[in-house]
Amino acid sequence: MNHCLDLKIKHIDFSCSQDFCHLYLEPPDWQFTPGQFVMLRPTAWGKDPLWPRPFSICELTSDYLHIFFQVVGRGTELLSYLTKGDRITVWGPLGKGFSIDQNKPLLIIAGGMGLAPFIGLTRTHKRPELINFLFGHRLNISCYPFDLIPEQVKKEHKQQESEQDLKYFEQYLRLRIQDFASKGTILACGPYPFLKVVHRFALEFHARVQVSLENKMACGIGACLGCVTKNKNDDYIQTCTLGPVFWADEIKI
Amino acid sequence: MSRTNSTNPITTVSLGKLCLKNPILTASGTFGYGLEFAPYGDLSALGGIVVKGLSLKPRKGNPVPRIVETPCGMLNAIGLQNIGVEKFLAHKLPKLPWKETAIIANLYAQTKEEFARLAEILAQEEGIAALEVNISCPNVKEGGVLFGQDPDMAAQVTEAVKKSACNKPVIVKLSPNVTDIKVIARAVEKAGADILSLINTLSGMAVNIYTQKPMLANVIGGLSGPAIKPVALKMVYEVVNCTDLPVIGIGGISTVEDVLEFILVGATAIQIGTANFMRPDKAFQIVEELPRKLAQLNIGSWSEWRGKLKV
Repeated sequence: MNHCLDLKIKHIDFSCSQDFCHLYLEPPDWQFTPGQFVMLRPTAWGKDPLWPRPFSICELTSDYLHIFFQVVGRGTELLSYLTKGDRITVWGPLGKGFSIDQNKPLLIIAGGMGLAPFIGLTRTHKRPELINFLFGHRLNISCYPFDLIPEQVKKEHKQQESEQDLKYFEQYLRLRIQDFASKGTILACGPYPFLKVVHRFALEFHARVQVSLENKMACGIGACLGCVTKNKNDDYIQTCTLGPVFWADEIKI
Repeated sequence: MSRTNSTNPITTVSLGKLCLKNPILTASGTFGYGLEFAPYGDLSALGGIVVKGLSLKPRKGNPVPRIVETPCGMLNAIGLQNIGVEKFLAHKLPKLPWKETAIIANLYAQTKEEFARLAEILAQEEGIAALEVNISCPNVKEGGVLFGQDPDMAAQVTEAVKKSACNKPVIVKLSPNVTDIKVIARAVEKAGADILSLINTLSGMAVNIYTQKPMLANVIGGLSGPAIKPVALKMVYEVVNCTDLPVIGIGGISTVEDVLEFILVGATAIQIGTANFMRPDKAFQIVEELPRKLAQLNIGSWSEWRGKLKV
């Protein structure tokens, strides 16, 4: 049974500003696949905010469950005010994570907060030297836990501060996806406009791409039908239970 | 059919022919087909499960965004996306614990003939304890609340369902988006409804000043959650006092105290809706807390409490 757990915060800290928050909770006894997510709701929340909040599992070790988030609204702001010892109701791991062959080359493309699910993925990967990591970000690199990605991973990052930068990055993405299409699997996570671009190139070059979607959710367990995305038959399917990771050619973005 | 074996006799309730082991049901649209919540609690411990609204054919639902959080509540415009009655009966119902708890089908159709057909199909199922007729969904263009806002139409739909429902109890779910809910309540009572459930969501909207866009693709949605509880409580109170039918209270219930409030104003049972999204074991928690709360308030039987509001 997938009980809701009340987990204590072991540690909370920030990178670059109070808006980039690292939450370390007592580790639940779970097996998880990178790309899966959890629902969090602080026990102190009464009836407002009402919904729990979904977050990618950044990393789960025997010491902690690590969640990395940016303050983007009222819920995440209230979460960032929590301190050590505060309790959060947590349920998960939820949804379908990334499906990878650890003996084959992998290209990971992350945009901004889309970095989160790849921390655990790269740190638990048996052969990190097979991973190519491309990270696009808007703010200074110090805001993101890019340094948590193992040294053996071939990693590069590119900052986009202007519209022009974004255009260049898009062209670069196209080249990388085209180049990698015949070599192995590509994984992508990031903001919606970024995923839309990745999705377009994935279809253009028939690349094997898995994208992790970040949709607004109320329940996280397939009941509310609020987080749906369109599949290739134009039917709405639950992002929370059938995703958040989908093969690019299975869905419409 | 009695589904009250091995349960606390104090919590048992009867709504006419419909007997429940406790007054706590889960509301349509907030509990999926029930199975989604099986990992988080014992489904058979619930008084009953009202499943996602079913139509004759599968429905795609509305475009996204479909949900938005509001103070102490939420707006939704899902548009009754569902797998259709056939798939439900073939793939979901057999997996539900219908021998141990009441599985209630929620019906949605665009004409009274379709409502009758749906009722006919569902009435043949042993696993269905009752039918709840949705004449109150604010998020679909045809049917839905249009039936629920006109006493004649509401009565016609009720009569059509009742004729096809054989011996299954018929619950009619009422909309709060009316001038006087008592008029609709009396109309469907006269048309043969066995039980009333209320309220469905309140029509509402949310907008974004930065994009100048509505927050829901459907523009208008249904408001639910703790924010609407006072409205629901008042409407249940009104309806209880104007009809002889048993009433199921719905609207913003998220604690065992809320449950007792609705029963105090006269409801016989209640449904937990949006609170199921706060945490997936919410309804199970409330079921577990109920006997303790009854003991604390020295309530030995429902007749000592139901409708005993001191006005």
